[in-house]
Amino acid sequence: MEPERPTTIEREATPPTEPVADRAPEQPATGIRRFGFLLRWESALAVALVLVVVLGTQISSQFLSSYNVFTLGTNIGDLAIMALPMTLIIITGEIDLSVASILALSAELLGYLWMHHWPMALIFVVVLAAGTLAGWVNGILITRVGLPSLAVTIGTLTLYRGLANVVLGPTTVSNFPTPFSNLGVTGFLGIQWLSWSVAIFAVLAVAFGVTLRMTPLGRSLYAIGNNQEAAFHAGIRVKRIKLMLFVLSGFVCAAVGMLYAFELSSAGENIGIGFELQVITIVLLGGVSIFGGTGTILGVALAAFVYAGLRSALLLTSSFNENDFQVVSGGLLILSVLIPNVPSFVQRLREMAGRRRMRGEALARPGDRSEAGAHG
Amino acid sequence: MSATAETRPTLAPASPRRLVDFVLRARTFGIVGVLALFVLITTALEPRFLGAGNIRFILSETSLYALVAVGETLVVLTRNVDLSVGSVVGLSAYVSANMFQAHHGIPIPVVFLVGLGIGLACGITTGVITAIGRVPSLVVTLAMLYIIRGVDTLIVGSGQVVANALPQSFINIFHATILGIPDLAIATAVVVAVAAYYLRSFSSGRDLYAIGSDPAAARLAGIPIAKRVFAAFVLSGAIAGLGGVVWATQYNTIDATAANGLELQVIAAVVVGGVAIFGGSGSVVGAALGALLLQTISSALNVLGVASIWTEAIAGFLLLVAITLDRAIQLRLAAALRKRRVHLGA
Repeated sequence: MEPERPTTIEREATPPTEPVADRAPEQPATGIRRFGFLLRWESALAVALVLVVVLGTQISSQFLSSYNVFTLGTNIGDLAIMALPMTLIIITGEIDLSVASILALSAELLGYLWMHHWPMALIFVVVLAAGTLAGWVNGILITRVGLPSLAVTIGTLTLYRGLANVVLGPTTVSNFPTPFSNLGVTGFLGIQWLSWSVAIFAVLAVAFGVTLRMTPLGRSLYAIGNNQEAAFHAGIRVKRIKLMLFVLSGFVCAAVGMLYAFELSSAGENIGIGFELQVITIVLLGGVSIFGGTGTILGVALAAFVYAGLRSALLLTSSFNENDFQVVSGGLLILSVLIPNVPSFVQRLREMAGRRRMRGEALARPGDRSEAGAHG
Repeated sequence: MSATAETRPTLAPASPRRLVDFVLRARTFGIVGVLALFVLITTALEPRFLGAGNIRFILSETSLYALVAVGETLVVLTRNVDLSVGSVVGLSAYVSANMFQAHHGIPIPVVFLVGLGIGLACGITTGVITAIGRVPSLVVTLAMLYIIRGVDTLIVGSGQVVANALPQSFINIFHATILGIPDLAIATAVVVAVAAYYLRSFSSGRDLYAIGSDPAAARLAGIPIAKRVFAAFVLSGAIAGLGGVVWATQYNTIDATAANGLELQVIAAVVVGGVAIFGGSGSVVGAALGALLLQTISSALNVLGVASIWTEAIAGFLLLVAITLDRAIQLRLAAALRKRRVHLGA
């Protein structure tokens, strides 16, 4: 039997069937309203992206320069690639907090093996295998032992980061050979503004997007996220699919770990620390629900570029630094979960107002006033 | 556990609850057992480990984590999580310690109040967004982790508070002892005891368990969920704010990276201490013992000469072992309860 998926505060908070007389006719059912909103969420992101580009060019003529686009792309590409498997995992209602630690583990393993003069091809194989194993351990603990992914990946976040520290200790390796160390300096196939990580992300995003949208496997992820029990009884191999996703995440993070180390031309302590937060921010900003069941790759891709563009634009202003952007990105994250809740919040206020009316207290506070208050 | 259940078939119908109680208590004993095992092995290998100085040191070091873990437990019990505690501790540590630089001769209790106030402000913000906006706490507190740390960095700038800016009486708080027991450990024990009593004997305390084990049922039972969750976040923030002042007494040099990543250690302590990450079961005593266990292990490794770089990996490994064991016990327990029901039915 599948472990019972924890009911979430949010899920029980949205009343499934409460036909209220004054509910707007264009909102027939919660589910449809959700999907309708999602469609608009991606358009909102597209508008936001345009606005960010306009803002950026207003702030500095350097914003769309080949150099800036390249740097911006190098920064966001790695995070965006890690966001792809994370999107699938969150759609199934799970989470993987260990991504940055797997990245660090692979980067430091790469550094360690290179320091010990292993051939690069063999290093690739070993590092990818290690990352896959790390993801497999996550997946086994979650699907076979039946532990909550939040707890497991907090544990492996610490474990893998700890192992990464052990592998390389305080040393930093930076003498990677030229074709690889150039990854962070030269563009993809000679296109100077296109960084390697963004090019790789673009290819992978199409693959992930098509899989998620058009294959039975992809659709089954939504089924699992919406109702794991029902998906199981419909013949979807819930455990196996989840295990696969965590293995995939481990593999991808290991690959990104090497890419990132090459871009930095160094692998050392604290590499990629806190990346898991940024990856999750991008995924949630992309309209993926933390409770699973909704979200698209397109949304996540747009969110990644909105995030990167905003960051770059703000950093180009002299008054903004990296830490100020922390506040901005935190605010964005809160907004991205608050905004979808506004309709149900308005609804609740209306219901409350309705109950008040029934109690004969309508004189004190008319219903339309509370609605106006909710918008303000 | 299941063996106990089966050999006592004559128990009254209320016994499933007693069985659950028994297992929960056994869980706490389990931590104590592991703790004792670690202490025994380490002492056998290195007698210095059980020296009064080292014990005092471990207790003092544990205090901060145990304290913050109490607040975190309140939140986790309601099936929420507070990832922002590390940032709150960091912000509170800097601002409160900076009071000594900004206002010479400021009384120490005022500084504690400042820390408490900062914690309250953070907790109220998180609580309002989570409980009233009805959005997932994982996301909100993740965002608050960023925001509070960002605000911290804005305030600190490139500055820092150094030890000689702090009055000696403030630094001494960390080292002070009563009858050989660190003051901080006693204060933490008091907080743990008060919280444990509250969770056990007050109906609002029991509500936290009800909300965590089944939010829908709790709502139907008329429990004011939003109010309780809000209160849990405010308390967690307030305790983390006080924790920040403790952090300042402990480390003395405070910059913008103070207490970075502390939230993970606190959550590790809570989970190792037997509080279910999805709410509804666990105790603050367990959480505090979890903190003590992690700190003891890290100290033991240190004493045994295991390089400190191993500490993090081992803490992560232990966390995984703890939740795996919990799961196994939980499955056993569920099976035992099912069997019991069959017995009663027959």
